[in-house]
Amino acid sequence: MKSGSQLEKVLTGGHFAVTGECGPPRNANPDIVRQKAAHLRGMVDSVNVTDNQTAVVRMSSLAGCLILMQEGLEPNLQMVVRDRNRIAIQSDILGAYALGVRNMLCLSGDHQKFGDHPSSKNVFDLDSMQLIQTVKKMRDDGKFINDQEIEFPPKMFIGAAANPFADPAEFRAVRLGKKVAAGVDFVQTQCIYNLDRFEKFMQQVRDMGIDEKVYILGGVTPMKSVGMANYMKNLVPGMDVPEEVINRMKGVGKKDQAKEGIAIAVETIQRLKEMKGIAGVHVMAIEWEERVPEIVEMAGLLPRPQV
Amino acid sequence: MVVAERKPLNELLEMVQPYKKILVAGCKGCVTVCNAGGKKEVEILASELRIARKKEGQEPDVKEITLERQCDPEYMDQLTEVIKDRDAVLSIACSVGPQYIAGRFDDKVVFPGLNTTFIGGSLEHGVFAEFCQACGACGIHNFGGLCPIARCSKSLLNGPCGGSSKGKCEISKEVDCVWQLIYDRLNRLGQMDRLTRVIPCKDWTTSRDGGPRKTIREDLKL
Repeated sequence: MKSGSQLEKVLTGGHFAVTGECGPPRNANPDIVRQKAAHLRGMVDSVNVTDNQTAVVRMSSLAGCLILMQEGLEPNLQMVVRDRNRIAIQSDILGAYALGVRNMLCLSGDHQKFGDHPSSKNVFDLDSMQLIQTVKKMRDDGKFINDQEIEFPPKMFIGAAANPFADPAEFRAVRLGKKVAAGVDFVQTQCIYNLDRFEKFMQQVRDMGIDEKVYILGGVTPMKSVGMANYMKNLVPGMDVPEEVINRMKGVGKKDQAKEGIAIAVETIQRLKEMKGIAGVHVMAIEWEERVPEIVEMAGLLPRPQV
Repeated sequence: MVVAERKPLNELLEMVQPYKKILVAGCKGCVTVCNAGGKKEVEILASELRIARKKEGQEPDVKEITLERQCDPEYMDQLTEVIKDRDAVLSIACSVGPQYIAGRFDDKVVFPGLNTTFIGGSLEHGVFAEFCQACGACGIHNFGGLCPIARCSKSLLNGPCGGSSKGKCEISKEVDCVWQLIYDRLNRLGQMDRLTRVIPCKDWTTSRDGGPRKTIREDLKL
């Protein structure tokens, strides 16, 4: 075991993993995290806690992780390199481990131009690839970036993101391969709506043998409405929402759109379960955590394995 | 070159408002090339100031000068006479210029007339773009001759990120994704293997992060 996290045990045990996501609130109220935790408890193996996603100020990911642990859930600390230099990054990794965090997701982070503080200065001392290298070096070599020894090293299960739908399309699998070379253990993909295109990506991944070296979790986000589908299609960079998905959402009455969105998510999970090289799903129900239980139930993912 | 653009007239008028005798100082270096602070721009700005003062019912007293360069001590001498009776200097060099004037003429108030924007070049007439961030350790040969530090919005050394779409950056459809350009160029050069190597953390000590920088050329020192 690299970290001994629940997520690691599920994946190495050959089980189809399910991870969830929790966006901390834009305030200091811990109860909001606790409410989200209540919806996800027993439904997923580990819960990502986002790190100021879309560059909007929120309760810190590490604080969110700690609250989840107090609620009996296993967190996955998301960390972006946008807001921290290598000093702060390594310090936060030490602190997270000391508090009991065992999974990390290494990200570059949305540019602050999109967020609520566009006048801020960004950091980008490291990029996401170098963050992976850093966490691995701390864990496996017991050393900081500067090669100084860490007496009591943090042992994290290392995650990263992959977007199969960004450009250049033919480079996406190669870049995933780079993340594997950098030391990543598991990968969570961007939300998948175009399964045919995702299948092509996975074919390339398998041809390169990458799926043998890393656990790939397919990203699934249920859509609440046609409005959300159009927003994802047109305004979220690197997102591929095919016309037929939009039409399917449009094809049902307004009050049934949420149900249809969940049906699409469940079907996506079922296809992912059959896909070679896919080790699990990452269910990102954005501000919709209360619907996660029915999604995982309908997708036949319950009960979660006790490992 | 150093690219700069002039501040809006209202901002400049507000800056020099308390001062009667003004000197507008241009520079024949980079800012002449990027049409922001050369002799012609000095004339235009001086005229604008005079008109504005007349409108306010004041007799304008604005002098003009354009130095060979404002980033060289020897050319500062050209200011010695003309600056004597001036209350304030409005320099339209890059921000090095007003700093040189401030350093040399202790008793003179100096204002920057330009916003110094970046190190770059022109793409077409009147359009300039950033190409360099002066990190102090050039490695663009690793990237097909293109700089991801200056030209990627996140300065990624292992791009492109998930926000690259149809050759454009996620921050704006007006911004090229330099990693798409790097990819295309390495493809043409037959150097795609470079894209599979993980580029490790960069040492930023040669950049601004290492503190204000200085270059000493022993071979040139007198």
